[in-house]
Amino acid sequence: MTALETPPTDAPATPVQVLRTEDRRVGPVVGKAVGYVVMTVAALGLLLPFVWMIISSLKTNNQVFTVPVQWIPDPVVWQNYLDIWTRSDMTTWLGNTLLLSVGVTFLQVFTGSFAAYGFARMRFPGRDLLFLVYIGTIAVPWQSYMIPQFVMLSDFGLANTLWSILLLQAFGAFGVFLMKQYFESIPESLNEAARIDGLSEWGIWRRIMLPLSVPAIASLTLLTFVNTWNDYLGPLIYLRSPELWTVQLGLKTFISQYNAEYALIMTGSVLSVLPIAVIFLLGQRYFVEGIATTGVKG
Amino acid sequence: MATNAVEERELVAAAGAPTPRRRPGSRLKWRNTLIGWSFILPNFVGFTILTLVPVLILFYMSFTNWNVFGVAQWTGVDNYARLVQDGSYHKALLNTLYYAVVHIPLTLAAALGLALLLNRKMRGVAFFRTVAFFPYITSIVAIAVVWNMLFSPEFGPINQFLTALGVDDPPGWTTSATWAMPAVIIVGTWREMGYYMLLLLAGLQTVPAELHEAARMDGASAWQRFLNVTLPCLRPTMFFVTVMLTIGSFKVFDLILVMTNGGPGQSTLVLSQYIWQKGFVENQFGYASAVSVSLFLICIAVTLFQFFWNKKKEA
Repeated sequence: MTALETPPTDAPATPVQVLRTEDRRVGPVVGKAVGYVVMTVAALGLLLPFVWMIISSLKTNNQVFTVPVQWIPDPVVWQNYLDIWTRSDMTTWLGNTLLLSVGVTFLQVFTGSFAAYGFARMRFPGRDLLFLVYIGTIAVPWQSYMIPQFVMLSDFGLANTLWSILLLQAFGAFGVFLMKQYFESIPESLNEAARIDGLSEWGIWRRIMLPLSVPAIASLTLLTFVNTWNDYLGPLIYLRSPELWTVQLGLKTFISQYNAEYALIMTGSVLSVLPIAVIFLLGQRYFVEGIATTGVKG
Repeated sequence: MATNAVEERELVAAAGAPTPRRRPGSRLKWRNTLIGWSFILPNFVGFTILTLVPVLILFYMSFTNWNVFGVAQWTGVDNYARLVQDGSYHKALLNTLYYAVVHIPLTLAAALGLALLLNRKMRGVAFFRTVAFFPYITSIVAIAVVWNMLFSPEFGPINQFLTALGVDDPPGWTTSATWAMPAVIIVGTWREMGYYMLLLLAGLQTVPAELHEAARMDGASAWQRFLNVTLPCLRPTMFFVTVMLTIGSFKVFDLILVMTNGGPGQSTLVLSQYIWQKGFVENQFGYASAVSVSLFLICIAVTLFQFFWNKKKEA
């Protein structure tokens, strides 16, 4: 932003006003209409695969692929939503996934925001270097160190347990980064006031910083939850026993097992997406706000 | 950032207490360090054990012939010598670059277009932002399966649509060596553009409205205003987005594994998948580590390059 040349700002105020009112009369009406049309088309394009998925989950197998596409299922096969529970271990998968998602999210938010306070508000030697190491690992794909990590966790006897996924997802640098960005937008004077009032640093984190960063916490919670819920590679590597499978892993094997039962596969897909959709709709306001804060200062 | 309050208090303590009592200052500093570390420690322990240590072991493993059961034997640069001659590795590397080189600009353009479109004060805009972001948070397995069906060469809705438009010979998508990668890229872009759109949207909101107003006064067209006002202001965000997008492209895996499993042939085999295959399918942990090191170094190199490029432009 510093390189930007500032255009003359001392222009008289009135012409701007005039220009604006004129603009408002003619341009924006057409502009708005075009805007809405473009937005609606874009939204339809983005949602179409989901619409198709839901529609197909209510069809019979033969009706999933017809020429031309049958947009309204007839008959509506609700039975798919009952069959899937008996024909797959959906309950186990959903249970495991929920357990992991909640556990990982709790650890990530707790340790992440705790560490972020240290990085954002405390001063001690080595702090900046350490934070740089944290940031650096964001630039390293997990796939590049998943092999040694697997060897280590296997040596600890944690492979093929839910603990492995819990541990490897819970301490990411991303949570620390996101929370630090947000903490730094909170005025430091609040900390000073609290310190003068005799609150300890832990007290400040607990009673001042946490309540003030609800949007960031909510967005970290949602992102972590969603990432854990949707993770495929981690469970693929670590969870060998079927009773430990997550919904993604289960869905994938279900697909290979019933590869011609298109409708049922779509039903499973809907069920794997549904919890996320609900959570997202509940918290989308925070989501949008929280993600925005990660990008601002890069 | 302004001087930390704790340090100020330290100064006050030092000033208030003349020469004989200089100790409290350094004790306070100690105390601060301890408190600071107490905050970082819980995360740091997990982070060290699960990220830093594995990264260090990775480099060691890449010089051994480690497999699951045996003991690691030091084999020097054997693994790397093998990489140089491994045709599958070259294919995976090229495919990863192919994915990145098409996916990054495409997603960037789509995300920027969406962000500009949705950066207005209109009723219902929040709803459209939500819709655009939705694909990003849904499960890759479900998405990949749905798109695979949509791409189905004979009966899939996409080819039906193309036929209706008058395309005589619609692509075979995931069943064709030529079209499999474009199909994967389309899905990847569709999935991710909403996320980057949000980041760019946040950036767009930092562009001062007065600048636009002033440029308009000077008779700049919408396109000129975009080039000379919006883009320069957006540069920090664009940098961040490009870096994230690049790393994201280099680690693409789930989507490919479910959609094409690297095929047909090796036409969509990418590096992450090759690592997984060599390591977890064929138990060649040492060799897979060497592939991992190459992925690691590529990502660091590209990020550093982008970082310095950004610095140079900033100056």
